[in-house]
Amino acid sequence: MGLIASLGKFLIFIADVFRKPERRSVMYKLVIKEIYELGFKSLLFVVFVSLFVGAVVTLQTAANMQGSWMPSYLIGYATRDAILLEFSPTIISLLLAGKIGSNIASSLGTMRVTEQIDALEVMGINPVTYLVRPKIFALMFFNPLLICLSMFGGVIGGWIAGTMSGECTSAEFITGIQYAFIPFKAVYAIIKTILFAFIIASISSFHGFYTEGGALEVGRSSTRAVVFSSVFIIVSNYILTQLLLN
Amino acid sequence: MIEIKNIIKSFGSKEVLKDVSFTFEKGKTNLVIGQSGSGKTVLLKCLLGLHEPESGFIVFDGMGIVGKSNKNLKGLRREIGMVFQGGALFDSMNVEQNVLFPLQMFSKMSKEEMLQRVNFCLKRVNLENVNHLFPSEISGGMKKRVAIARAIVLNPKYLFCDEPNSGLDPYTAILIDNLLQEITHEYGMTTVINTHDMNSVMEIGEKILFIKEGKNVWEGTKSDIITSDNQHLQDFVFSSELFKTIKKIKS
Ligand SMILES: Nc1ncnc2c1ncn2[C@@H]1O[C@H](COP(=O)(O)OP(=O)(O)OP(=O)(O)O)[C@@H](O)[C@H]1O
Ligand SMILES: [Mg+2]
Repeated sequence: MGLIASLGKFLIFIADVFRKPERRSVMYKLVIKEIYELGFKSLLFVVFVSLFVGAVVTLQTAANMQGSWMPSYLIGYATRDAILLEFSPTIISLLLAGKIGSNIASSLGTMRVTEQIDALEVMGINPVTYLVRPKIFALMFFNPLLICLSMFGGVIGGWIAGTMSGECTSAEFITGIQYAFIPFKAVYAIIKTILFAFIIASISSFHGFYTEGGALEVGRSSTRAVVFSSVFIIVSNYILTQLLLN
Repeated sequence: MIEIKNIIKSFGSKEVLKDVSFTFEKGKTNLVIGQSGSGKTVLLKCLLGLHEPESGFIVFDGMGIVGKSNKNLKGLRREIGMVFQGGALFDSMNVEQNVLFPLQMFSKMSKEEMLQRVNFCLKRVNLENVNHLFPSEISGGMKKRVAIARAIVLNPKYLFCDEPNSGLDPYTAILIDNLLQEITHEYGMTTVINTHDMNSVMEIGEKILFIKEGKNVWEGTKSDIITSDNQHLQDFVFSSELFKTIKKIKS
């Protein structure tokens, strides 16, 4: 299919997401369920990764600053900015594109090839509104929380690694993470996260929803979902950074 | 009553339905028979508006559906029950939730009334004590029966079944056939059943459309089948020894 045709199909798909749902009470429950399925179940994963990457970022910053004139509290400062600006919003979103994106695409793909989506359609239920909308809403709501948690996790990981290795004292690290803090940077990180959540949920749903064929194609859709979401995250990260930080 | 006229449907360059016309009557079990790959499922999906035919008319009691958007079909779809070939049960819900689902979405009943209705429908398809099992935990035949229960739970005006008893043992198959016929008569539904099972045909074939390679080759009732001299139909029906013997005895 041509690029323009795909884009058109995607836009129509997204328009459907924002249609009025069949029953509001049902929709509410579905969003809660998706928050649990997609968000809550990623919690440990995100915290675990963040702790370790935060630790590594701190150790590497410290290694780079070794023997220089720069004060040790800058280790905390550099760690904070790296985690807040890039690692948590972008890298964790990329990891979530893999974890959540493939989950969304394969579950929708399976529903498509086993005619469950047709069954919804025949009942007079808009399958996009019913299945996709809750996923998009859940991720856009819950991913910012996940990312905030990741920021804390990363900084704590850095603090543990920094103090345990003796690169800096606890007090220096804490001074560092408070040093020259610009609140807009946190806002910028949250804006990115919300956009990335939308990208993951919508692109993965799109690929899963339009799966054609059998089990093999479900696997392919799921791969494509991850690849496309990741590429879009990377590119829009660049554009957003240009727009918001310069 | 559903009338279809000159339905043509292709996928790419492959013409699957080539000019099919028929009238499915109200209060009768209308059967669509034909070999595997003859286009039965495609025809049914055209009736449901899941496929759009290139040309032709499909009219549900005076309401044409070809060219209408999903949104405009919503009202009609609440009056349709559909049993897909593979059941199409929702994997994430247990048996009870599957049957409950249409009620939750569209009925104004109280929770208790809904559960009562669900259990009534499950009982009608001979399923009891499976309410809390998931589709992955029940057999293929049970899935079919749950799908039938889900299709009839809202008392539809139109009931479509794609091979409702394939994969069922002969006893349960006949049970399902009789059930479908009973509810069709009881509620005056327009029922369309795809099948290639000759037992079903002889059991409940009140009106039969035989398609071959996407063409309307023969139509009639179950009693016409034995006496018909249509060669295609003869080849299809009397392919098994059992039916050959029956024919010999009859004549
Ligand atoms: N979505 C599709 N895209 C392309 N070709 C299709 C599609 N659906 C069906 N076909 C083709 O249409 C023909 C008829 O298929 P259909 O599923 O209607 O057969 P059937 O009569 O239901 O067979 P069975 O009894 O095995 O279920 C087949 O040759 C199939 O390859
Ligand atoms: Mg079929």
